[in-house]
Amino acid sequence: MVFEYAPAPESTKIVNLKSNYDLFIGGKFVKSKSGSNYKTINPATEEVLAEIIEASQKDVDEAVKSARKAFKSWSKLSGSERGKYLYRIARIIQERSRELAVLESMNNGKPIRESRDIDIPLVAAHFFHYAGWADKLDYAGLGKNPQALGVAGQIIPWNFPLLMLSWKIAPALAAGNTVVLKPAETTPLTALLFAEICQQAELPDGVVNIITGAGQTGQYLVNHSDIDKLAFTGSTEVGRLIAQSVSGTNKKVTLELGGKAANIVFDDAAMDQAVEGVVNGIFFNQGHVCCAGSRLLLQESISDDFLNLLYERMKTLRLGDPLDKNTDVGAINSASQLAKIKELSESGKSEGAQMWSAPCEIPNKGFWFAPTVFTNVSLSHRIAREEIFGPVLSVLTFRTPDEAIEKANNTPFGLSAGIWTEKGSRILEVAHKLRAGVIWANTFNKFDPTSPFGGYKESGYGREGGRHGLEAYLKAGK
Amino acid sequence: MNVLKNDPLVLPPLLSDAANSESALKKFLNGLAGVDKVGVEERVAKLGTRSIKTTAKAEGIDLAIRMIDLTTLEGMDTKGKIKTLCAKARRPDPQDPNVPSVAAVCVYSDLVSIAKENLSGTTIKVAAVATGFPAGRVSLAAKLQDTSDAVSQGADEIDMVIDRGAFHEGRFLDIYDQIQSIKQVCKSAHLKVILETGELKTYDNVKKASWIAMLAGADFIKTSTGKVQPAATLPVTLVMLQAIRDFEMATHRRIGMKPAGGIKTTKDAMKYLVVLKETLGDKWMNPDMFRFGASSLLNDLLMQRQKMKNGAYSGPDYVTVD
Repeated sequence: MVFEYAPAPESTKIVNLKSNYDLFIGGKFVKSKSGSNYKTINPATEEVLAEIIEASQKDVDEAVKSARKAFKSWSKLSGSERGKYLYRIARIIQERSRELAVLESMNNGKPIRESRDIDIPLVAAHFFHYAGWADKLDYAGLGKNPQALGVAGQIIPWNFPLLMLSWKIAPALAAGNTVVLKPAETTPLTALLFAEICQQAELPDGVVNIITGAGQTGQYLVNHSDIDKLAFTGSTEVGRLIAQSVSGTNKKVTLELGGKAANIVFDDAAMDQAVEGVVNGIFFNQGHVCCAGSRLLLQESISDDFLNLLYERMKTLRLGDPLDKNTDVGAINSASQLAKIKELSESGKSEGAQMWSAPCEIPNKGFWFAPTVFTNVSLSHRIAREEIFGPVLSVLTFRTPDEAIEKANNTPFGLSAGIWTEKGSRILEVAHKLRAGVIWANTFNKFDPTSPFGGYKESGYGREGGRHGLEAYLKAGK
Repeated sequence: MNVLKNDPLVLPPLLSDAANSESALKKFLNGLAGVDKVGVEERVAKLGTRSIKTTAKAEGIDLAIRMIDLTTLEGMDTKGKIKTLCAKARRPDPQDPNVPSVAAVCVYSDLVSIAKENLSGTTIKVAAVATGFPAGRVSLAAKLQDTSDAVSQGADEIDMVIDRGAFHEGRFLDIYDQIQSIKQVCKSAHLKVILETGELKTYDNVKKASWIAMLAGADFIKTSTGKVQPAATLPVTLVMLQAIRDFEMATHRRIGMKPAGGIKTTKDAMKYLVVLKETLGDKWMNPDMFRFGASSLLNDLLMQRQKMKNGAYSGPDYVTVD
């Protein structure tokens, strides 16, 4: 091999890990009332990073109580004052961005290139964006003087731990709500570091409360009688349970759930950039992306040539140490997620699809899955219908634009879609007919705080981001 | 150093018909997949974040030195200037005999014999810019004369310019024919075809011009003369490398690549090597298939090389100015 890249690991020295973490309630780190502990690990090495509390019913009660208390004064603070705190948080996130990126990669398994260049900059951008809204709520489209809802319970997933936190906390606080947030069981560490940032920013006590734990803790929060709003991002399965348990209550709900997005490549696409977009669409963040382009819809006339280019490109993907600056594909977040990816891949093989994986060395320790493509996939295969949430692409072909649209829409989900063509009129026509919340044209997986994000059908309801994201945390003014 | 010689150009049927007529060539070029500007620039930006350290950097620096076409293209060039340039090409760092020689020196056609004299006994090639460089605004007869002058003085490589005016008028076949005529006059000399991408403006145009040059028999395609801004850029280079890859898939013929102008630092050079490696792979990672058209780049590579060896940055007075 010529010019083989030497290891370029980002140092972990900047991260100050504690051996165990308490809950963040009322502006302080407090011991659990009765909860038990669990260990959070680095999925790339299986090393234990810290001990985390599994919050109990009593802990959740305390957190909600503290948020309720803080709501009285926080919601009366002027918008510009609330904005100041959010700006301060945004700036501290920028100042501590390397620390946050390294910790995110350690706890999640995502490549440092992504946590450094995508996750953390977007986190800061979300806080800046909503800091700007705090004193302009009269222009949110909800009439004059819209009101905060109260206490928001927020449950976020493990795929973009800090980014999902920012999507939840920034608009809630800007609108005058207080929050109790539960990070995902496997990725609590950046949320706990964020709690320190709230202290550093001198955010009033109780405005942000962070409780850790697994599904049971989440249920306590969902079923708590004193929360006014629930925001959940995660699996459709859990989302459905949440929708059931809040029905008949006054809780407002937003759900951002699964997806099985079609990435449609027409024969007149810019080929190399479409290949790049397909790679970015499904292998970004190991495919742990709800809006991932997991179904490639290829026009039949170009499918052989396109797949050849795709395979050649995939051979250059670098899988390995998430902290190496040259890593493209990191670790799968957990053993259970890896098992799910393997199970669905096996079903793909047994249902008759053809599997091809990029040749890459799999490390001995940790959870890994090589970037994989399935061809000869039918719409009836499980791998074409169920969300795999891993680096696995299912390829289907089509002959006409109508067929592409029909196949793209033939899914219970509707979060995102991609269109690749050099023909502008085709983009407009196809986008108009796709039933998905986000449609990218000649690009994929692009996020911006000004742009609303959310799904159709089983992908959930409500929108996050931009002006639309404020509606989830405000009631119309009188 | 053996320059890989392509056999006389025999194209597969589909491609050999491509340049049968003006309309056939236009149709062929318009049938090429488009290039999305945002996507290309995003791809190189991502590749630009590759971290090249320790052993990779040391290897990359020596490789980059071996790939340099050390260039002087000034109206004020003299025999003396060429002589010192050749000395530097042979032994870039007087303090360190382990530094490899560069690939070639690149001069105006009337100075070829001086360069040849000063490089005798080495494998360093002499490349001559010809065909009315840099604008190319002379008659075909003058271009051919310019080229054969350089060849008869012993030039190993000819860097010709295409007629950009013809390109913008849509006279693609004229460009093709001219390249073929120059190629004949080159005899055994290697032909590099300069697209002057700074005057072609769009990536779609860069891709089309790359194909015209490759179909017409170019051994190398080259971005720029260095006399027009912007000269070489990473996204333009990526588009050309992808055209080279497509051409190889269609014809099994490997075309070389030469970005030229504006590549001044080791960091820049490493980025080009990354883009090259991750687009065309190891088969192109040598001076037979890839060159840097550069002058000041060499000194920065030498300073970085000294720094890696000695652990301290030496400064510009510890490398020779020419």
